[in-house]
Amino acid sequence: MYKIEETTQLADRVHQIWIRAPHVAHHAQAGQFVIIRIDEQGERIPLTISGVNGDLVRVIFMAVGKTTHHLASLAAGEHVRDVAGPLGRPSEMISGGTCVVIGGGVGVASTPIIAKAAKDAGNHVIGIIGARNAGLLILEDEMRAVCDELFITTDDGSKGTHGFVSDVLKTLLAERKLDLVWVIGPAIMMKVTSGVTQPFGVKTFVSLNPIMVDGSGMCGSCRVIVGGETRFACVDGPEFDAHQVDFNSLMARQRVYTEEEKVALERHQAAHCGCEEGGNHHA
Amino acid sequence: MLDRKVNERIRDFHEVALGFSADEAILEAERCLQCKKPLCVTGCPVGIDIPAFISAIAAGDFSVAATTIKEQNMLPAICGRVCPQETQCEGACVLKNKDTPINIGALERFAADWERERGFSAEQKSREQTGRRVAVVGSGPAGLTAAAELARRGHKVTIFESLHEAGGVLSYGIPAFRLPKEIVKAEIDQVLAMGVDLKVNYLVGRSVSVPELLAFDAVFIATGAGLPGFMGIEGEQMNGVYSANEYLTRVNLMHADQFPVFDTPVKAGSRVVVAGGGNVAMDAARVARRMGARVTLVYRRREEDLPARREEVVHALEEGVEIINCAAPIRLLGDGVVTGVECVTMKMCGLDGSGRPTPEPVADQTFVIDADVFIEAIGQSPNPLLIREVSGLSIGARGNLVVDDDGRTSIGHVFAGGDVATGAATVILAMGAGKTAAAAIDRMFKEQ
Ligand SMILES: Cc1cc2nc3c(=O)[nH]c(=O)nc-3n(C[C@H](O)[C@H](O)[C@H](O)COP(=O)(O)OP(=O)(O)OC[C@H]3O[C@@H](n4cnc5c(N)ncnc54)[C@H](O)[C@@H]3O)c2cc1C
Ligand SMILES: Cc1cc2nc3c(=O)[nH]c(=O)nc-3n(C[C@H](O)[C@H](O)[C@H](O)COP(=O)(O)OP(=O)(O)OC[C@H]3O[C@@H](n4cnc5c(N)ncnc54)[C@H](O)[C@@H]3O)c2cc1C
Ligand code: SF4
Ligand code: SF4
Ligand code: FES
Ligand SMILES: [Mg+2]
Repeated sequence: MYKIEETTQLADRVHQIWIRAPHVAHHAQAGQFVIIRIDEQGERIPLTISGVNGDLVRVIFMAVGKTTHHLASLAAGEHVRDVAGPLGRPSEMISGGTCVVIGGGVGVASTPIIAKAAKDAGNHVIGIIGARNAGLLILEDEMRAVCDELFITTDDGSKGTHGFVSDVLKTLLAERKLDLVWVIGPAIMMKVTSGVTQPFGVKTFVSLNPIMVDGSGMCGSCRVIVGGETRFACVDGPEFDAHQVDFNSLMARQRVYTEEEKVALERHQAAHCGCEEGGNHHA
Repeated sequence: MLDRKVNERIRDFHEVALGFSADEAILEAERCLQCKKPLCVTGCPVGIDIPAFISAIAAGDFSVAATTIKEQNMLPAICGRVCPQETQCEGACVLKNKDTPINIGALERFAADWERERGFSAEQKSREQTGRRVAVVGSGPAGLTAAAELARRGHKVTIFESLHEAGGVLSYGIPAFRLPKEIVKAEIDQVLAMGVDLKVNYLVGRSVSVPELLAFDAVFIATGAGLPGFMGIEGEQMNGVYSANEYLTRVNLMHADQFPVFDTPVKAGSRVVVAGGGNVAMDAARVARRMGARVTLVYRRREEDLPARREEVVHALEEGVEIINCAAPIRLLGDGVVTGVECVTMKMCGLDGSGRPTPEPVADQTFVIDADVFIEAIGQSPNPLLIREVSGLSIGARGNLVVDDDGRTSIGHVFAGGDVATGAATVILAMGAGKTAAAAIDRMFKEQ
């Protein structure tokens, strides 16, 4: 059992929790993730490690379906059954160059830890974080603290540049030499944004998020096509060379269980909404 | 030993084979000749004193029988159920050629079940602790056996397991209708009661660094052969395509058969095609039957070449699994979601290195089987994650760890055994390897 020490709602449906999991905290590096199972009936879901403090690990997630809604309803002092990790390979790093760390939506959760690693390795670090609107933007202060420069974009212009993270990236690419770029967010955002760096030949990593089960290379559920080859995102990734990734098959595979996910969420909400003491209620 | 009726058993995941009653067990035990030089024992990789436990059963001394077995085998209820006895103990029994061999597996199962149902007499923790620390990586049969043997000798053992449950393939791979999960849990609990520390959710190489691992006085790597192979055919990336490992893990470990009470989903499908012919393929096919689908298994060689245990093939056929021999999938049809499996007929020509016929496609003989789920059970190899990370380990051609007769790797205090060393094999061979390595580790400590 792993204790939840602190919970905070960062934005609409976006939650941050700190969990006591020393074996993960003591080994976690930028780019890695955990797999959480809430209880005996629970499924195993991967979430990026977005921070570490002593024995505690932070995850930031958006309540989208059954398990993330359930997780969001847990309070400090409660426990989750399992936290496995750290999983996946740490981010590949360079030194003495210019790095850009880009996050979109809840993908911003992964950016401070990577930006900090890039900074610690002696790079000039530029952050670009974006959201649909100002209210959905997360971790701005943290990113400002670790990056040399920070750009903010919102789709509706309510904060920062009116537009997409890819727009800022295009401007940067035209103006200066970039050495390494990370793009983290929904698959479609990673596809579009990493497409921008391709003509410039700038090495770009994306963090892939296929459906996982074990996270140790045993099941093959997380298989993705990179450079025409089948790779397992949980052990060979989750970060891959963006320009080699087959995003279309990734996006198709993310939808395998759409019907089942709907059933699970409706069942969960029928059981919990309106009657659960201290539970969080989501629109 | 009887089986449950087919139309009853394909509706649930309860055990297919019914065990012996006490009377049946005694009757069977009385057939044993109590050979002076018992050949059966030579066929058992962990060296159970088979005539001794059988004579205890014949005398009605079931608890003595169980204790006798457990001197050599900590997981008897499991082995009694899943050992390929026909090629192990029973295959060596002298009665094999005259009569039918003694049903040793069923007797072992009977004694183990009898004791468990009455509450185990927990084995005392060894009083004398040596202060030596051993790390066991992986909690499958190899790791569990090594841990029990080492704990018995007073060493402090920590098992690291990356999944949330111990047991390896016993928990995630072999379905409950062959090996009920309460039995796996109960036998694992017995090992833990000997003072073994189990840490689940620890992926060694990640949650434990290689230097931390190598800092133990000895290490036993028992990470199995969990890496699923894919055929590499067109359409494999489509939805509805599973490795057998994924399909079985979703159902056995995560209980997708009970979705949505359990959160993990699986595609049950209405027409399932399984590729392969081993135990894993039979298990996937029989699970798919229980999930309510029509199931066709496609195997590239002849029926007599099927590598699965005969009993599993018979059970699969009884349960309505259709087996198409001498055919192989070459392409998956569908638009994002699999709708059919295109196969080619194979003809047998010559023999391959293992003495089995070599299948070769007959180019123009193809056919399509409708399918909304396709499961690949074409073999697994050792998971490379940890073994690639430990520098200095000698790795064989099939990605397996190279070990000597004691289970020692190319690093002095690092031992390995089970599927990670042999490639996908059997529960009892993995247990035998765990035992051998534990004895060697103990000797190494005594010599130091
Ligand atoms: C390496 C990795 C890191 C991730 N990090 C984060 C993170 O930091 N924050 C965050 O909000 N989300 C993250 N995700 C996505 C997160 O795992 C899913 O949002 C979550 O599993 C949804 O579960 P659910 O039951 O709430 O929703 P569901 O309704 O069950 O699923 C919603 C969608 O999430 C995806 N999904 C469902 N089950 C899984 C699964 N077992 N594994 C992966 N994806 C699944 C599917 O595409 C699905 O359509 C990450 C995914 C991966 C692979
Ligand atoms: C579906 C199926 C059916 C089978 N049926 C039979 C049968 O009827 N009879 C029979 O005798 N054999 C059968 N087998 C084969 C048998 O199960 C295996 O030979 C046996 O389990 C091997 O044992 P092991 O201890 O070497 O490895 P495994 O049982 O594979 O256990 C390895 C364990 O190590 C863990 N692990 C891996 N890497 C790490 C790491 N880095 N850190 C921590 N933990 C790690 C894994 O999660 C796993 O739990 C079957 C196999 C399958 C897949
Ligand atoms: S452990 Fe397996 S091989 Fe040994 S006696 Fe029992 S059933 Fe036979
Ligand atoms: S070989 Fe057969 S008959 Fe002889 S002791 Fe063993 S089980 Fe009994
Ligand atoms: S999640 Fe199972 S192999 Fe990656
Ligand atoms: Mg879900």
